[in-house]
Amino acid sequence: MQVGYYPGCSLESSAKEFDLSLRAIFQEMKISLQEIPDWNCCGASPAHSLSEELGMALPYRNLAKAEESGIRKIISPCPACYSRMKLAHEKVALDRSLADRLLEIVGKDYKGSLESRHILDFIKEDIGLERLKSSMKRSLKGLRVASYYGCLTRLPGVKIDDVENPVIMDEIVEALGGKSLDWSHKTECCGASLSLTRTEIALRLVRSILEAAEEKGAECIAVVCPLCQSNLDVRQGLVYKNKMPILYITQLIGLTQGLGYAKLGLDGLIVSSRDLLQKRGIIEK
Amino acid sequence: MDVSRCTQCGKCSAGCPISPEMDLQPNQVIHLIQINDPSTVLRSQTIWLCASCQTCSARCPEDIDVAQIMDSLRKLAVEEKVPIGEENAMKFDECFLNSIRKRGRVNEMRILLRYNLAAHQPLKDSHLGLVMLAKRKLSFSSRKIKEVGLIKKIFKNSRRFIKDQV
Repeated sequence: MQVGYYPGCSLESSAKEFDLSLRAIFQEMKISLQEIPDWNCCGASPAHSLSEELGMALPYRNLAKAEESGIRKIISPCPACYSRMKLAHEKVALDRSLADRLLEIVGKDYKGSLESRHILDFIKEDIGLERLKSSMKRSLKGLRVASYYGCLTRLPGVKIDDVENPVIMDEIVEALGGKSLDWSHKTECCGASLSLTRTEIALRLVRSILEAAEEKGAECIAVVCPLCQSNLDVRQGLVYKNKMPILYITQLIGLTQGLGYAKLGLDGLIVSSRDLLQKRGIIEK
Repeated sequence: MDVSRCTQCGKCSAGCPISPEMDLQPNQVIHLIQINDPSTVLRSQTIWLCASCQTCSARCPEDIDVAQIMDSLRKLAVEEKVPIGEENAMKFDECFLNSIRKRGRVNEMRILLRYNLAAHQPLKDSHLGLVMLAKRKLSFSSRKIKEVGLIKKIFKNSRRFIKDQV
């Protein structure tokens, strides 16, 4: 099995653990990743905040490059990248004059053949929970996990689950043998880039998310977004007295496949999960 | 999008995670557009504090895409050259885009440094920056994509609004 891959800028830097763990679990499941050649940044929020055309043209170039290299289905693990890619794809299909204009700006023709996936729907629909389970060497042994989606399911173009009460990540956690918790802050905002421009606002949001997870007895939080991970992990020490490890879902999957702590980039996170994972017998002492 | 359909039910403001810090509540923004008072809206902090989390749009019973309206208002504020209600938010966006223009991809370390300089707070978060450097989550690498020339061209040719509409 082969699938296209658009890592996006964060996965080369602050979220390199997301990239490492994703590559490791795919290798374990014998799925090869074909990266878009010479991809560019999707523009994220700053591009569409300041220019509508730029916000479309940047992901459009990636779509065209992916199509040109023969990719049919593509995974974008970062919610912002995924949303921008899906949105550009949908708008081009619906609006001929926009398609012509983007062709003029970018100089590449995108015919609209690409199928986009986030990592969550790719795991559930394309790999399937049964195949995921068959790749497991051990279970999460009832580890109490709060699955945190942030704004993912509400973003434009993203239609992978219910907007108010998504369950797709919870289902994956349960398949891995974890205990997925019902909690209040699944889809609350992490503060996004306000963590840099108005830090006190982001800290207020981060604190309430961590406390809501703790209140339900969470031992860790599972995430699928580089910005959510960074806000909850890097800034945690400023507003929260205990330790709440913030793990990518791909890292949790890798642990059940018996992949090593370092191989999954777990030593790259700020709040360490080592003690927790050892105590629960998920990794060796 | 038809803002006249707004009945001022207030769901957008009730669900907004940033509403405590906003100078105008999201439903007030819609109301001011309804009564054709754009100048207060364009000068507000609210349009720049909006984190684009889309809770308002997801919950609007009249299907008004409030987050999309905030997005358009940011561009209008820049276009109309009004005083920006939350300057640092725009500076951050500009630093982010400059990084893409120069390299085709974002270098997070460089954005953080440039933004801190632009916002006149050079040492902000430096303790966290050091922790992230030690974990190799940040680097100064200035690798460019091959078609960086095309990226520059895309920036040059992109207009603020598609088809001059809002």
